[in-house]
Amino acid sequence: MTAYPINPRVLTTPETEAIRSGFGRGLLAAGEANERVVALCADLTESTQMHIFKSRFPERFVEVGIAEQNLVTVAAGMAHAGKIPFTASYAAFSPGRNWEQIKTTAAMNRQPVIVVGAHAGINTGPDGATHQMLEDIALMRVMPNMRVIVPGDSLEAERATQAIAADPAPTYLRLARDKTPIFSCADSPFEIGRAYILAEGRDISLIATGTMTYHALVAADQLTGLGVSAEVVHVPTVKPLDKAVILASLRRTGRAVTIEEAQIIGGLGGAICELAAREFPARVHRLGLRDRYGESGAPNQLLEKFRLTGRLIAEDVARELGSGTATARL
Amino acid sequence: MTAEALGTFARTDDDAELRNIARMIREDIVRMLAAAGSGHSAGPLGLAELLTALYFNILRHNPADPDWPERDLFFLSAGHTAPVLYAALARAGYFPAAELATLRQLGSRLQGHPERGALPGIESTSGPLGSGLSQAAGYAHVLRNIDRVKHRFVYAVMGDGEINEGNIWEAAMFAGKYRLGNLIAFIDRNNIQIDGATEDVMPLTNLRAKWEAFDWHVLEVDGNSVRAVIDAANLGKAVTWAPTLVIAHTVPGRGVPFMEYDHRWHGLPPSPAQADQALAALRGGETP
Repeated sequence: MTAYPINPRVLTTPETEAIRSGFGRGLLAAGEANERVVALCADLTESTQMHIFKSRFPERFVEVGIAEQNLVTVAAGMAHAGKIPFTASYAAFSPGRNWEQIKTTAAMNRQPVIVVGAHAGINTGPDGATHQMLEDIALMRVMPNMRVIVPGDSLEAERATQAIAADPAPTYLRLARDKTPIFSCADSPFEIGRAYILAEGRDISLIATGTMTYHALVAADQLTGLGVSAEVVHVPTVKPLDKAVILASLRRTGRAVTIEEAQIIGGLGGAICELAAREFPARVHRLGLRDRYGESGAPNQLLEKFRLTGRLIAEDVARELGSGTATARL
Repeated sequence: MTAEALGTFARTDDDAELRNIARMIREDIVRMLAAAGSGHSAGPLGLAELLTALYFNILRHNPADPDWPERDLFFLSAGHTAPVLYAALARAGYFPAAELATLRQLGSRLQGHPERGALPGIESTSGPLGSGLSQAAGYAHVLRNIDRVKHRFVYAVMGDGEINEGNIWEAAMFAGKYRLGNLIAFIDRNNIQIDGATEDVMPLTNLRAKWEAFDWHVLEVDGNSVRAVIDAANLGKAVTWAPTLVIAHTVPGRGVPFMEYDHRWHGLPPSPAQADQALAALRGGETP
């Protein structure tokens, strides 16, 4: 297996960029590659980064106003007419408000509507709990015919957006607002449905998605110093899950910690537990939001509060492994 | 075999023949619902003329090629009225009329609410209310404002209770904004919904003014007159600067005296004995 190319500066001085910025570039590239690509927005054109597409292709951009139910159903009609519609709003509202419309008109109809949920996770920061969508992965994962894609950094978001447009089907694409470190490289792979081993290890699998993959890499590095060999599994496609790569990792390490900026119920953690329970019963510890809403604060403060930074994840992993002295040394 | 022997009908502009098709569709509805033992009676019976006008006169379509790229589009937003759509599709030749008897049964292509992909001629899955108009608007927007296709039109049928849904008004704003002159939507104004009279559940006062305020071209017609529906659709096609809303006043349960005007028949099927009674009434003559 070819090693996944990782930004060599990821553990020292990684560049940062908002994941949504990668989406903006990816959508423009997808629009240039295929004139069937259209974009719809619900009064959040700049903050979802759709303005880049809009200024290049004004006639292929639709402004529906603050109307998320209409956003996805108009898109379903446009998809039926042959288009590949990307619909954008904040994840709190789409799919937060329009789940049934997505189910009936996009997923059941098998229309290639792409639901882009921006500003997901506690990364949304000061706007507070109403705007920090944490239930979206679970909500969308349970929907038949729906793919769930959670890019880990801006470069991957750019690749994922183009990959979705090239293989149109009902899809949820989850984005984050604030700048986050870039761990991938220009030539890192992205395929829908694939998970990637970013660091090999023997003792435990750190299975992460979205912004948490960077923190998993930091945690693995810190754990190395404690004599713990942690494997980092990056899962940008939560559905369909790459069972082969994840199970192979579980078989190597025998236990896992899942990490996501989302509710631990039903999200990536839920997906890994469902897989492990049937295929390779292993101890799985889930990190994320524990059945509670977020709150206002700077993104970094919130990551600390909810113990989702690399250092705190390493602490929890060490505790999970039962190495109490190691925890004390951190 | 001739089309008549198969029980199918071609496009016609003859009023008597259209009325005959509507009567046959009503008989189909009664038989289907009685066989299924569940389903909605009042709405489908009231819509027989409207669907007859669409499938046997207004729509450009090809039952032998349901996905014909040159077709007009029809979205049944009020998916619970599926029996009238199924009967119209069968009588137009999309699938064998004998299959109507399988409505709502395990393995049937005639699902309780219409499902795209299950049966030829279903453009979109519907049932959860309020989303058909916006899909129709999305399709119409592509035709009119992106692909610049002028000769194809998009139609939708909503229930009057259905427009309680916020999604409808989101779509109404959208269609007005983008001047979707190729979109012709009907409201089946039969004044009933599950909990009772529409005006008791949630009043639709000044319905025409509401839609005009959203920049729609609004018509009101007798929805139980095939000719009136056809004329309204043709007028709507001629108005290119705005979407057209046709308020089609219909009688719920039309043609079956013991069902007419009674909201309790919204979600009930006839028993076998009631079905016999209904069929006798339908065959007793033309509906007035």
